[in-house]
Amino acid sequence: MAENTNLAGLTKADYRGAPSTLCQGCGHNSMASQIVAALFEMDIVPENVVKFSGIGCSSKCPTYFLGRSFALNGLHGRMPSAAQGALFADTTLKGLGMSGDGDSASIGMSQFKYAVRRNPNLVYIVANNGVYGLTKGQFSATAEKGLELKRQGVNPYSPIDVCIESLVTGATFVARTFAGDPKQVKTLLKAAFSHRGTAVLDIISPCVTFNNEDTSFHSYGWAKDHQQVLHDIAYIPKTQEIMLEGEFKEGEVREVKLHDGSEIVLKKLEKDYDPTDKARALQILIEAAEKNWLLTGLFYVDANRPTLTDIYDLPEDTPLNRLPESRIRPAPETMKMVNELMF
Amino acid sequence: MASERADVVNNFSMIVGTVNGSGSVTSNTALFRAIFSMGIPVSGKNLFPSNIQGLPTWYTLRLSKNGYMARCATNQIVVAMNPDSFAQDVKDVEPGGVLLYDDSIQMEIGRDDIIIYPMAVKQLVKAADVPSNLRDYAANMVYVGVLAQLLGIDMKEIRHAIDFHFKGKQKPVESNMAIIHSAADWAAANLQKKDPFRMERMDKTAGYIMCEGNTACALGSIYGGVQFVAWYPITPASGLAEDINYYLPLLRKDPLTGKNTFAVIQAEDELAAIGMVIGAGWAGLRAMTSTSGPGISLMAEYIGFAYYAEMPAVVFDVQRIGPSTGLPTRTSQGDLTFVYFLSHGDTDHIILMPSTPTECFEMGWKAFDYADRFQTPVFVMLDQDLGMNQWMTKPFEYPDQPVDRGKVLWEEDLEKLAGQWGRYQDVDGDGIPYRTVAGNRHPASGYMTRGTGHNEYAKYTESPAMWEKMNNRIKSKFDTACRVLPGAVIEKTDGAKIGLVCWGSTDAAVLEARDQLRDRQGLRADFMRIRALPINDEVAEFVRSHERVYVIELNRDGQIHQILTLELPDQATKMVSLCHVDGLPMTTDWVRQAVLAKEAK
Repeated sequence: MAENTNLAGLTKADYRGAPSTLCQGCGHNSMASQIVAALFEMDIVPENVVKFSGIGCSSKCPTYFLGRSFALNGLHGRMPSAAQGALFADTTLKGLGMSGDGDSASIGMSQFKYAVRRNPNLVYIVANNGVYGLTKGQFSATAEKGLELKRQGVNPYSPIDVCIESLVTGATFVARTFAGDPKQVKTLLKAAFSHRGTAVLDIISPCVTFNNEDTSFHSYGWAKDHQQVLHDIAYIPKTQEIMLEGEFKEGEVREVKLHDGSEIVLKKLEKDYDPTDKARALQILIEAAEKNWLLTGLFYVDANRPTLTDIYDLPEDTPLNRLPESRIRPAPETMKMVNELMF
Repeated sequence: MASERADVVNNFSMIVGTVNGSGSVTSNTALFRAIFSMGIPVSGKNLFPSNIQGLPTWYTLRLSKNGYMARCATNQIVVAMNPDSFAQDVKDVEPGGVLLYDDSIQMEIGRDDIIIYPMAVKQLVKAADVPSNLRDYAANMVYVGVLAQLLGIDMKEIRHAIDFHFKGKQKPVESNMAIIHSAADWAAANLQKKDPFRMERMDKTAGYIMCEGNTACALGSIYGGVQFVAWYPITPASGLAEDINYYLPLLRKDPLTGKNTFAVIQAEDELAAIGMVIGAGWAGLRAMTSTSGPGISLMAEYIGFAYYAEMPAVVFDVQRIGPSTGLPTRTSQGDLTFVYFLSHGDTDHIILMPSTPTECFEMGWKAFDYADRFQTPVFVMLDQDLGMNQWMTKPFEYPDQPVDRGKVLWEEDLEKLAGQWGRYQDVDGDGIPYRTVAGNRHPASGYMTRGTGHNEYAKYTESPAMWEKMNNRIKSKFDTACRVLPGAVIEKTDGAKIGLVCWGSTDAAVLEARDQLRDRQGLRADFMRIRALPINDEVAEFVRSHERVYVIELNRDGQIHQILTLELPDQATKMVSLCHVDGLPMTTDWVRQAVLAKEAK
């Protein structure tokens, strides 16, 4: 194996996309690098991932990573519907939905929630900066009450919390992280990619151009001072023997087994936290929202619920989009029967 | 005296006025099917309100020994079961015609030019001793029995129809037949036949089936190999998706594994339904949705994306009357121009326009081939009348062409091309590029599909020259398409100088009007039914070769007339739009009179 090659025989370059055209320092750029790193380290072949996105700065991102993967860059707020339809074509594919707070918490709130309800096999990233960047600085639905923006005045409405919305809609994986914390981003990305079902990843990703005052909830400054980490997280691939070392010592950790056999190891910080306890997750998210904490970590995971395509009893030998005519057109002799079923 | 009139056999129209939700569909369908089984050409139309229970509803049955299927504006026989519509129903009896009514309706009739038969509905229902929740249903079976006796409908055929309706379930079949028989016996003992109308067995329905357009579209889709359906409930299209749900498990279990070769999702709205369909189509599935005008409005956004990024989808539009919510249970051909140019920017779409359930089936499966072949949304436009009513129609024929998946490259194809290909390159000069679909594992297979400006390699560009090149190439696909889409149905008459043009289910009225104009006025006309848009040369030639062309349709603004005027500007002055819409299926009288009024000028 060449030095810079992973188990799939690919180099990191195979995971990259076109150079970013986003602003310098944009949180999304750092997120894109972590996607490249996480998938490279997980040995996931790019052709096994399909990228979906809507409209907005966030939705431009898929251009900047996984250039070899198929991608559908669709309509504002309508990414989830296209992803759900497409993922029926070949259920061995993993979807990567790249959305933003405008895309998923405003115009696409309905599709976002219905995707979560149906649980397609989709890593659903909301790159969340509280602001519309591509249209130059309007409030998004996740902007905090009282936020003041140039030309917009003061936001009079309370924010929508992406993680709370996901949880109450029945999400099977809910996490929040901060783009300025690349280690946590990458770890949670790996966990999300190991989850079978919809993994909602709310990534607070500051907009350096329109919403980065230190007093803004979605800014680097605020996050640096106010990020509250729920637990330290380590991701253990299934191929690796579990060896806890350094800060992760037995006795003070909680392990969560993911669908593909990998594990997430959570080290308790101030309090012990069980991410399979939905009521507790909701409680802590509400508490964080009320206290204006930027709380990050894996809030909830249910590794056992079937995915959208699991419940349709599809053939396992061949993907639907490769079925030949003989398997999708009823045989000629059925025509007589059908005509006889009519009056 | 009316009784001395010559018998009118198998050639009259009747209407039944009942209360919505009272089970009259069962009675009316039983009559319809029994008449069909007697070999008499018959059409039946449910004219019902947007209401679950309580409002007046009507059902028309037209018997035509010559096989004319259009709705009649006037009725020789009226069955009045509903006090709320009684006064109107009485007025609607044609002079010399027949009124049958529930004798518990104690209202002034005030007509001496018609034959009147009171029916002892209450008495017969009481005697039948049915549970109180089934009394309305029983009451509606009374007129079935009375009509059978008065008009000579074969009881054996009524039983056959009732048996079919209840899928052979003994109990409801017997209880309904008991009421029908007792009503017929009562009529024989108490009503003296004074009218000239009766039925006689014929052999003109042999080789036909009865089916709704919606069911036929569902079956057509299934034989077209549909793999993915997403839909949202809407009248009058819901039955189409429900029939898909009903027939898919029967017909499309995988012959190898016994598993489902399909998936159906009831989406959260039409935005999501079309989004899922286009996502699935993009990824290589045969995908469809079914909806009506209000749903089409919501789908406009995604359709523009599919048009520009070149993704297949099949959309069935069962038209109701708009604008806005309009009249959800009423028919029209009012979506045509909206659909033809659906979405913002420069667009045009392939539209298939069936006029019978048989054609719904055929266009149903073909739509998937066209969508894949031209990598674009394809619309099948029917209407409430065709979609929700049963029609006598030719049996479905198994597809005579193999499934056409269009230009899809898989791993071995890319291997041969050494990975060199461009998603939007016009390699063959027909405007249709090659595509790969998600799940292809070749390293050169993937690309980003986008609704933004792109070049031949699907890369983002704002180049003015590239925009124009790409969009003009897309346009050129439709030049290729119109040559292979279903051609027009043309019927010539010797010496005709005028043409009658229509589309969809209104052809029944137009064809009959053509015959009446010839027989009554000596006015000869050629006939053309357009079956697809964009139009082909044949349509243009038909228009060119006539002095005047009447373009007849069921909408306010003459929508296909507008399209023909755009496509054939040099012929614009000779095309005359004859259009009207009131929610009801078009009548022959209206067509004939509209043509005559213009011809008189």
